[in-house]
Amino acid sequence: MLNIAVSIGEIFWSLAHRRPRVPGLQTARWAPLCGSGHSEWSQFDEEFLETKEQLQKLQDGNHLLFQQVPMVEIDGMKLVQTRSILHYIADKHHLFGKDLKERTLIDMYVEGTLDLLELLIMHPFLKPDDQQKEVANMAQKAIIRYFPVFEKVLRGHGQRFLVGNQLSLADIILLQTILALEEKIPNILSAFPHLQEYTVKISNIPTIKKFLEPGSKKKPPPDDIYVRTVYNIFMP
Amino acid sequence: MAGKPTLHYFNGRGRMECIRWLLAAAGVEFEEKFIEKPEDLDKLKNDGSLMFQQVPMVEIDGMKLVQTRAILNYIATKYNLYGKDMKERALIDMYSEGVEDLGEMIMHLPLCPPDQKDAKIAQIKERTTNRYFPAFEKVLKNHGQDYLVGNKLSKADIHLVELLYYVEELDPSLLANFPLLKGLKARVSSLPAVKKFLQPGSQRKPPMDEKNLEEAKRIFRIK
Repeated sequence: MLNIAVSIGEIFWSLAHRRPRVPGLQTARWAPLCGSGHSEWSQFDEEFLETKEQLQKLQDGNHLLFQQVPMVEIDGMKLVQTRSILHYIADKHHLFGKDLKERTLIDMYVEGTLDLLELLIMHPFLKPDDQQKEVANMAQKAIIRYFPVFEKVLRGHGQRFLVGNQLSLADIILLQTILALEEKIPNILSAFPHLQEYTVKISNIPTIKKFLEPGSKKKPPPDDIYVRTVYNIFMP
Repeated sequence: MAGKPTLHYFNGRGRMECIRWLLAAAGVEFEEKFIEKPEDLDKLKNDGSLMFQQVPMVEIDGMKLVQTRAILNYIATKYNLYGKDMKERALIDMYSEGVEDLGEMIMHLPLCPPDQKDAKIAQIKERTTNRYFPAFEKVLKNHGQDYLVGNKLSKADIHLVELLYYVEELDPSLLANFPLLKGLKARVSSLPAVKKFLQPGSQRKPPMDEKNLEEAKRIFRIK
């Protein structure tokens, strides 16, 4: 079973693990996050896994609760499990709605979108013969199951964001998924005018716009080197 | 009676069982509408009751919730089983996700092709004894408290104890070297609401057998 070290919240935290932070050592790079109406700038370090030995070291050093990455060191915790990491960051930066009902709606949207994003994450690791078929499957799922839901939500309330008229984790994960899908299927949004407009608007939020520019920490589409690296690190 | 949550799923464990456990542990009575044939599922889809055309779906507090995690998180928050702050929630999330990873492997066993089953079972046993059980045993050992997080029952404890029962069904010896996990299992099992749920005649579902599997495949149109 392949452990895939891809962080699902790629727009927040890229393919990375974090080594224990030496106090006082700060990186010069900043990754912006947007929180309800005000801009929060959050910096993060990245330590990239390139070899099996590096993973082994993390495991032996008891830095990984379940011997797996992603792991993010934040506020004195070594957080693992993608959803746990995403939720903590979202909570901290006010991206999880204003009450339980909004939070639950965001949760539902995020979980649905992650099901779709999971297909994209797994795609580079399929046999080449299966990859083409899977693109068709992803497109079908997106167009029939997921996009209509979000199109309807946006059409229904006419607001800029999916939930509660403010940016939330749901918007971030959806944007990430749409952009990743568009890399494979450029016209995937052709039947969804509200999602098209939404994609442009969210992409233009200053902090997100910066992250989408070249030179940011956003990672490029997976290539052969990426696949090889993952196999080298994680295959027994 | 208005006010009771209604669970929509087939009559088996699947992805709904952890929700049944959580509701039961919280002392919440619930109703179940079983999907018995593909047409029942189609009706729910056509009604617009299923956001992503999928079950589990739980009708609760005027909402039709889907996505297992979203449902669990709502119930946990409502019944104070999600810690007292952000940091406790993060720990609860981490532990719950670890339980889910192992639970998923066990859940999928019935669907495993016969020639791969032995290897799969071996992998599950290996992960249980080398990865997951040691992690949770260590958490309990480090703080010496009765529950995983914040010295208080949370969804993490309930999910883990449920998992312990499934591991026991697979191979009781796997729990042998984990005294604190055994202690947690005994402690949570003796809570009145959980004790009741563990008794025959409750809404807890039995392990999947051939008949149950065929039914599920039929309903969900899995070949």
